[in-house]
Amino acid sequence: MKPVRFDYKRPATIDEACGLLVSDDNARILAGGQSLIPMLSMRLSRPSLLVDIAHIPELTSLVETETHIEIGAMVRQANARASAMVKVHLPLLFKALAFVGHPPTRARGTIGGSIAHADPSAEIALVAATLGAEIVYRVGGADEIFDASSFFIGPMLTLAPPAGCLTKLCFTKAPAICGTGFHEVAPRKSDYALASAAAQINAEVGLGVTGIYLGVGSVGDFPEPLDVDGLIGTSLDDAVIGDVVHAAMEAVETVEDLHASAAYRKRVATELAIRALRDARDEISKDLNQ
Amino acid sequence: MSEPKYKFLSTPRRPVEDRRFVAGRGKYVADLERPDMLHVAPLASHHAAAVINSIDGSKALAMPGVIDVITGDELAGAVQPLMNGLNTPNVRRFPLAVGRVRYAGEWVCAVVAESRAIAEDALENIIVDATPQPFVLDAEQALLDSSTPVHPEHGSNLLLDRKFVWGPVDEDFAAAAHSLSFSVTWGRNSTVPIETFGVIAEWNGWDQMLDIWASIQMPKYADQIARSLGLPGNAIRVHYDVDVGGSYGVKRGIKHSVLVGYVARKLGRAVRLIEDRLENMRAGDAHGPERKFDVAVAFDDDGTVRAMKMRALDNAGAYAGRAPFQLGKPISAIVGPYKINSVAYHALSVTTNKTVQEAVRGFGQAPTNYAIETAMDRVAEYLGMDRLALRQHNLIRADQFPYLIPSGSHYDSGDYHAVIDKVLAAADYPAMLAERDRLRADGMMAGIGIAACLEPSGGNSSFEPLLNESNKTSTWMESCQVNVDALGCVTARIHTTSSGQGHETLVSTILGEVLQINPELIRITRPNSLESLPGNSPVGSRMAIMLGGAAARAGEKLKAKIMAIAAHHLAVDVDQLRYESGDVIAPDGRSLVWDDMIELAHRQYHSLPDGMDPGLASFDIMQVPTGEALPADGKVQMYPCYAFEFHLVLVSFDPIIGRPDIHSYFIGHDCGTVINPAIVSGMTYGGIAHGIGAALFEEFAYDANGQLLTQSFLDYLMPSSHEVPAINIVKHCTPSPHTVFGQKGSGESGYLGSPAAVSGAINDAVAGLGIHFEKLPIRMSAISDAIAAKSS
Amino acid sequence: MNDVTLSINGKAVSAATEPRVTLLDYLRDVAGLKGTHAGCEHGVCGACTVLVDGDPVRSCLMLAVQAEGVDITTIEGIGGLGARAGELGIIQDAFCEAHGLQCGYCTPGMILAAEALLSVNAAPSEHDVREAISGNICRCTGYVQIVEAIMLAAKRLRQRNDTSAPDLTPA
Repeated sequence: MKPVRFDYKRPATIDEACGLLVSDDNARILAGGQSLIPMLSMRLSRPSLLVDIAHIPELTSLVETETHIEIGAMVRQANARASAMVKVHLPLLFKALAFVGHPPTRARGTIGGSIAHADPSAEIALVAATLGAEIVYRVGGADEIFDASSFFIGPMLTLAPPAGCLTKLCFTKAPAICGTGFHEVAPRKSDYALASAAAQINAEVGLGVTGIYLGVGSVGDFPEPLDVDGLIGTSLDDAVIGDVVHAAMEAVETVEDLHASAAYRKRVATELAIRALRDARDEISKDLNQ
Repeated sequence: MSEPKYKFLSTPRRPVEDRRFVAGRGKYVADLERPDMLHVAPLASHHAAAVINSIDGSKALAMPGVIDVITGDELAGAVQPLMNGLNTPNVRRFPLAVGRVRYAGEWVCAVVAESRAIAEDALENIIVDATPQPFVLDAEQALLDSSTPVHPEHGSNLLLDRKFVWGPVDEDFAAAAHSLSFSVTWGRNSTVPIETFGVIAEWNGWDQMLDIWASIQMPKYADQIARSLGLPGNAIRVHYDVDVGGSYGVKRGIKHSVLVGYVARKLGRAVRLIEDRLENMRAGDAHGPERKFDVAVAFDDDGTVRAMKMRALDNAGAYAGRAPFQLGKPISAIVGPYKINSVAYHALSVTTNKTVQEAVRGFGQAPTNYAIETAMDRVAEYLGMDRLALRQHNLIRADQFPYLIPSGSHYDSGDYHAVIDKVLAAADYPAMLAERDRLRADGMMAGIGIAACLEPSGGNSSFEPLLNESNKTSTWMESCQVNVDALGCVTARIHTTSSGQGHETLVSTILGEVLQINPELIRITRPNSLESLPGNSPVGSRMAIMLGGAAARAGEKLKAKIMAIAAHHLAVDVDQLRYESGDVIAPDGRSLVWDDMIELAHRQYHSLPDGMDPGLASFDIMQVPTGEALPADGKVQMYPCYAFEFHLVLVSFDPIIGRPDIHSYFIGHDCGTVINPAIVSGMTYGGIAHGIGAALFEEFAYDANGQLLTQSFLDYLMPSSHEVPAINIVKHCTPSPHTVFGQKGSGESGYLGSPAAVSGAINDAVAGLGIHFEKLPIRMSAISDAIAAKSS
Repeated sequence: MNDVTLSINGKAVSAATEPRVTLLDYLRDVAGLKGTHAGCEHGVCGACTVLVDGDPVRSCLMLAVQAEGVDITTIEGIGGLGARAGELGIIQDAFCEAHGLQCGYCTPGMILAAEALLSVNAAPSEHDVREAISGNICRCTGYVQIVEAIMLAAKRLRQRNDTSAPDLTPA
């Protein structure tokens, strides 16, 4: 199980990396390698050139602005999970990161790599799609920004521009009152999930709930944000949540494989979505009732 | 306070092998370097069945670093077919496909190159022209006359079709108050060691010698290779000092070894083939049984199970090998630990277009135990009787041993009721039941699984003559050699590889016990096959009994010589002498210490008794206890010893998610006298983990096109540290009367009952819904789907 | 071919290497360190686990060229070296004590995963231990005695750091 022959380059800047991608149609970016290298070893991926972006300083930064947290594409999953910035301002991502692989893959795997790889069961992609994070690519010397809620279009398929280099992921900071829930189910704890769900409820004192975000992953070809705006202004009791989630899940197409039937995926994603929303609600109920 | 019975045996002692392994200094086959070594990569068939029209390797051969491309036709002209256990001469098997491929993944041809990566590059340049053929995947389908034979020359897919009737089955069924029948299927899984199979062969033309290093656990390995390659037995030198990275039965590798042996001889070079994981999964020919059981049982109102009819249909995959014998070994414990009076057993094995089946831990016993234990649960359900009480009612009692079962084996010893009582006490069974009910009240599905079963141990191969009358094998020996050097140090030789069983610890502990010297001072070596005494390798849960037995007997021979020398020197009758920690003491207090004995034996021939050979060395070649006779009337005494295990497990799951969570796991284990407690516990824990995998996760699943869906570890799911719970072992010891210290086998422990127990727990959890899960593995999706179907 | 220089167990190793060579193959075939084992070569089994700057990493999921500039620790870098060969490190010793292994094939990866855990968590719970080794598959032991071994090692390491406790450091 050895990869095909390829060249290897280690650019120092994003623009140098982009230049390399332009120079070779069959070039691929190597980030953390935790998904790419198995595909290389099985010869499912056969690049002629690997562009290792690990040595581009600006890709490894985690930046807090007034409104956003910007996570460089090369930030390791373990570092993101250990970051106080992520814990405080991106509580949903913080929760989800605990489900990504296991310690050795989180040590190498990157935030950007997971987004670019676009596995339908990827937790980071689910959170990004659910919250509508901005995905920033550098292409042709300019930045191109994608809305994560529509970026994923199929298994391992995205709207990523050819010869583009993913540079960062920008999340809106969670408000002071924010509840989150993340659930996933897999045969074994660290397996690809059979179903997953992420939920976040934003609220403000006096205004009550201002935004509700829900997404399900692993059930279809890509992570799917669900429209649950109908919950805003409701009691958010279990019955209401159940009704809205069931309705929202109706249109979700689920896939079948050896490990789970399509019906299972739909049933369990629905249940997990309900549980995630309940968790989120329960987290803020105290703040709202004050 | 009484003296402990043993000085070293059964005491907590560190296994001696562990030191090198924790330092990463084990010597596995892939770690070995040979000069100018070449690397082999096989080309896998894409088709489940196809006729090979042509193979064009010219483009591959032209690549730098590529040395050779070997095809099945070349090989078939040069080597004999691989050994076949049954009389099916037209089911011929070579290391590479000859003329046609019979399963997806089968090796079509092989590239030999300067590196493995180059060999893989070259595989992409081989052009195979093949015409797909009809194929069959399902065993019941393969039985039909209309099915496509996997081997057209053989005429059908039937490899084995044997019916046994032991005792008055029809009468018992007629007399019993009730009967029921059911079917269960054991899914195709295997032990899947973390080390794949690997082999290095090196031909030396000047010595006319083929040296082989391999990660093997295979009886008669050298003989089989020599026969296939047409070499004299003493032209094959298998090096046993290779650590094997796990096996649990499957490290057989005959096809790999014949292939590289042939290439090494052809090219006069060292050649190695280390399977990669994909090759291992799809074409390592190491899948375990895939077996469908149709079972009927006859029983009375009080729960007495009188008789059983069992049809067992095994899907052997594309070639015969030894796989069909895995239907034979369970005959040794066909009634489990129960007093079932009569049994009808119909053993069927068919070829299909799947990967070849090989020996797996228990050699077919675990699937059969799963069927028997399912029967017990079903009878209890039918009668509305407690599952535990039903078992206790049917278990053989301690005063009934030796107990003759209908198929001809005597169970040696046991106290099943005592073991169960101990487990129930340790687990606080009433509290476990209460916990189950509490979980149910919380909205969870919860169930308790119970399994009682036996581990036949001391492995012989009586199933071979039983299933193949032309096979007259009753010999199934193991050997050990001991030498005390001129400085008084003890070295013992064992003649096999090990794959984690701790044989060095076994032999040094036993020799230490017999000679009463510190086992840590005894060195164990592993000579090559030409320097070895005969043996049959660590299969059939036999080494504690057989290697341990041979070591003890060799030690006793050595001790007898020491005593004879001392008696002569001290002019005392040997019966009056006392042996104590290496010293020999006369009644009058005179003594010879160990060093004196060494001086006499090694340097003072003039002081030895007349006619005694100098030096201090001994050996023993031991036959399996009770393994004296060939089968008669379809019956045979199979293995000598029967270890007992009793599993009690509490499982719960959310009715929607369906993911089983094992809350508590207890196993009562009686394998007689334990040699090394940590080794036995470790194997039991590992066996249970393997059984949890078989029950819930692991399957070599195929799609409708005959493609293996679970070729990688992304899809073939093995339990991790999160899926195996804390496990409580409750120990009991009923010594075997047939072994030197009363030991029985333990290498298959845990695995033999855990799939039945876990399945039983899940079925208990859903019993109220009228659901029966009848196939392993029971996937979480299937659990949830079944519950959803009932509630909608 | 690229010139690839790696820092392995504190020593520099250099060789012309194809970019496609994984760190696993480099360690075994170039550096001659056979204690890092190939199990699946696709990043699931954990047998090839090494430490990269102290973090547990699967060496089959890294190319050798990617490993330039980091410190790599393999099982050969644990325990006594050179003249002290044969002296076990505390975690290794605990694995022997609890018999937290059988065939030894997954053991180096397990021990390095344990090293990584205990370097950041001196008093792990059983759950912490199970999480730390959850990416390392063992087919022999059912993990029970491995968990025991790591808990025992943690206890001994704590005692070592407690100056009132007897010193268990090898002389």
